[in-house]
Amino acid sequence: MDGAINTLHEFMLHTENITYILVVISLVGITAFWRFLTDRDEE
Amino acid sequence: MADESGAKRSPLLTPFNMIAGIIVLIGLIITAIRFTGGLAAVTNLSDNNPWGIWIGFDLLVGVALAAGGYVTSAAVYLFGMKRYHSAVRPAILTGFLGYALVVIALNYDVGRFWRLPYPFIMQQGTTSLLFEVAACVALYLTVLFLEFSPAALEWLGLKRLRNLIVKLTILLTIFGVILSTLHQSSLGALFLIAPSKLHPLWYSPYLPVYFFVTSIVAGLSMVIFESTLSGRYFGDKMDDVHKEEANHVALGFGKAASLVLAGYFIVKMVGISTANTWHYLNSGYGLWFLVEMLGFVALPCFLYAIGVRDKNVKLIKWTSALTVFGIILNRLNISLIAFNWHLPSSERYFPSLMEIGISVFLVTLGILAFRFIVTHMPIFYEHPDYTDAH
Repeated sequence: MDGAINTLHEFMLHTENITYILVVISLVGITAFWRFLTDRDEE
Repeated sequence: MADESGAKRSPLLTPFNMIAGIIVLIGLIITAIRFTGGLAAVTNLSDNNPWGIWIGFDLLVGVALAAGGYVTSAAVYLFGMKRYHSAVRPAILTGFLGYALVVIALNYDVGRFWRLPYPFIMQQGTTSLLFEVAACVALYLTVLFLEFSPAALEWLGLKRLRNLIVKLTILLTIFGVILSTLHQSSLGALFLIAPSKLHPLWYSPYLPVYFFVTSIVAGLSMVIFESTLSGRYFGDKMDDVHKEEANHVALGFGKAASLVLAGYFIVKMVGISTANTWHYLNSGYGLWFLVEMLGFVALPCFLYAIGVRDKNVKLIKWTSALTVFGIILNRLNISLIAFNWHLPSSERYFPSLMEIGISVFLVTLGILAFRFIVTHMPIFYEHPDYTDAH
């Protein structure tokens, strides 16, 4: 496959693939960021 | 705390007053030219660029930066964060003046101000976004006026009316949050009609979400920023409670702004991913987009977090200024800089000096009104007759 996008299905498959990976990274990232933001709250 | 009876009358001819006076005078002259000569006499607007800085700055930025009113009142009255109570009145005042100036600015753009009620009485239907924005701004300005009015009524000594309006606080707050959610997002939705004109990195079906989320950031940052300036210039008007709570407000709002900015960064990346516009990042506009996203979203998000972790209020205050600038840049990018991006430079819009003059004039009016109100009314201190009212 040369990576060209010819149909709506290919476009959706391509963008959704990347978006799902981004969302998983974001969920992990925002959890880590929340811990970073609040871990000194109890002091 | 303010002591009106004992306060010395400040001299009239201060540098600030003289500069403000000159700006107001020039503003009035341009106003006369605008309303007698029309848009062409004072603006660089054209058929390609019908919206200039009076919409891009005065309206879009004005509404975003006035979001502190609904954000603060929701935090205090709906989420029960009473420790931020001292921030409510300054935030409501900033919001009220902001929206009032937005409506005044709109009159410069629309022209025939007696037609301002037309969206409600002469229009083709209620599905128009502009109708929704007009309805929400008109209603929310009324809500903000009512939310602000207890301070004015305490000053005027109208105790019964003041007590009546204070009883409506929760209702007004709920109404304010609903109206703000609607019109803050609708201002972004206005650009959904122009996918071919707005650069793909800024255009997104999620524009309403972006505008609403950034309005929360703008509101939180503006409260910190305004509180910093007020502490510097109106510190003598503040009572001890305001001074003590100022740092708590900065830390609490800074933490909230940091988290919302992180969420905003994520939804922006999701927007680029679903539209598959990554390749645009490798261009001049892409570089400018990265400046906005990294310099005015990711960086303040990180600086707020560091400030909150280290209890560094000074860093949070500087970050609030950076964030406010970022919000201004974002609204200008969407409405002016990345708008009509495909047109040749000769067709692009740049505001005329008189357009800029009117924007400076309106900001100056806002500052003067803010100064008058905080020096006369109980905004930064509790009125001695109502100390048990909260």
